[in-house]
Amino acid sequence: MVDTAPGNRPASNDVATSIDKPPIIYRQFLWTRITHWIWAVAIFFLLLSGLQIFNAHPTLYIGKQSGFDFSNEVLAIGSEDTASGPVGYTRILGERFNTTGVLGVSVLDDTPTPRGFPPWATIPSYQDLGTGRVVHFFFAWVLVITLLGWLFGSVINGHLRRDLAPRAIDMRALPGDILNHLKFRFHHTREYNTLQKLAYGGVLFVVMPLIILTGLTMSPSMDSIVPFIADLFGGRQTARTIHFCMMLLLVFFFIVHMLMILAAGPINELRSIITGWYRIDAPSEPIETKEAETR
Amino acid sequence: MSRFELSRRTFLTSAAVGGSGLLLASCNVFDSLDRDGSVRDVLESANNLTYRVHRALSNRDALAEEFTEADIRQPQRPNGTTDPDDEDYKALAANNFADWRLEVGGLVEKPLSLSLSQLQAMPSRTQITRHDCVEGWSCIAKWTGVPLGLILDDAKPKPSAQYVVFHCMDTIDQDLSGSIKYYGSIDLIDARHPQSILAYGMNGRSLPVENGAPLRVRVERQLGYKMPKYVRKIELVDSFANIGMGHGGYWEDNGYEWYGGI
Repeated sequence: MVDTAPGNRPASNDVATSIDKPPIIYRQFLWTRITHWIWAVAIFFLLLSGLQIFNAHPTLYIGKQSGFDFSNEVLAIGSEDTASGPVGYTRILGERFNTTGVLGVSVLDDTPTPRGFPPWATIPSYQDLGTGRVVHFFFAWVLVITLLGWLFGSVINGHLRRDLAPRAIDMRALPGDILNHLKFRFHHTREYNTLQKLAYGGVLFVVMPLIILTGLTMSPSMDSIVPFIADLFGGRQTARTIHFCMMLLLVFFFIVHMLMILAAGPINELRSIITGWYRIDAPSEPIETKEAETR
Repeated sequence: MSRFELSRRTFLTSAAVGGSGLLLASCNVFDSLDRDGSVRDVLESANNLTYRVHRALSNRDALAEEFTEADIRQPQRPNGTTDPDDEDYKALAANNFADWRLEVGGLVEKPLSLSLSQLQAMPSRTQITRHDCVEGWSCIAKWTGVPLGLILDDAKPKPSAQYVVFHCMDTIDQDLSGSIKYYGSIDLIDARHPQSILAYGMNGRSLPVENGAPLRVRVERQLGYKMPKYVRKIELVDSFANIGMGHGGYWEDNGYEWYGGI
């Protein structure tokens, strides 16, 4: 848990300045960086093995059980034979969309084949529920252990309190921060901006607990250990639906996360999550100088 | 000033390039996770961890949730074999299973051979439970049968017995040596769990063929593939080495985890 990088703790006074470049500061703890990359790997495998598992029964329901003789379906991916060949469809809350080629029907070796998510989105690429489960549950353990280790370390090293917890001043800055993001105007500071705090906090303290707990709810053994957990989420099939929705939120977070890195300066952003060092904006020039020039 | 400045146009271009790169990253890179590689062994070790943690957290007799009659909203969805094509099975079914016997053997003091009417004369348990399939769906039904613990009490397992293996009558697969019959296994903790029953009744009627007549296993804290149908023999063993491909069940021989509590 002890940080070995220079300066021992990231603080804005660890500044390496030179005449012509804005200052570089030590921004990310080693522990933050290690856990970040373990999550990245774990979530990659969890997502693709999860889609493999989903493909075994690509329908989601609300309630305790799956409606076969009654309807409690909220999403279904399926295929249908037509005169012009198989058609893949996705039905969301009863509304049907043709998704041939991506969802419902994939083209495998030039042959349209019924399949939920396409081969490029699953591990393994072919249908193999058993292997998908083996991969999924291994990385589920990796994710949960890393999250607990991160939480413990981040309480100790102050990352949680100082960097992630939104303060009153952050909330007051929220409208201006949203505007900055919309205008692609990024400020590089040691502190996270308000939207970053909300996004990272939301993923770590809302989406992660929900996706883990709904995952556990799908285990019949866990349901006997924690008898109220299935009812808490409105039944096992609702828990499965929530698990899927949290996955969609994580994918959405990942896409925005990547776009923001590209927009804010990928080299600098990547350096800070790999080495810990981050170039912040140069302090704005003193007003006296400007006044001196105009005079 | 060497700051990385980005126009909207550059941003959108790089985003599009990055996005398409992700799409192209096809995942058949990971298709080499074949059944018996060392990477596979590491990944599968997580199942053993799950099993141990569940057993450590769980009271031995912690019950699976039981539901009410109002929750039975549809017939039990059948899966796997639903109409065995085996001649011996069809002959037994034609006679309403009057000639069928449940054999109990292996590591027991007193091997048993029980008819359906003998099983039905034993104390029974009825429970409305949720069947969770490994595929992801659930279905609630009412099951009636003999607690497996009572059968074990009669047969008296030897101290060396570790697992209960269920041998079935239905052919689930073919290989070079002939037909493969379904089989599966559980540990003695699940075997003696109060809700573990050998069910001959479902939703108030006798067990239908598609759901495993004349007798199927209910192990309510595990997934459906751990509850064999069309059972003909119960064998107590200390190892799976000499059964099937040695992994403790038909699906286990095909890459599924032996512990199906998750």
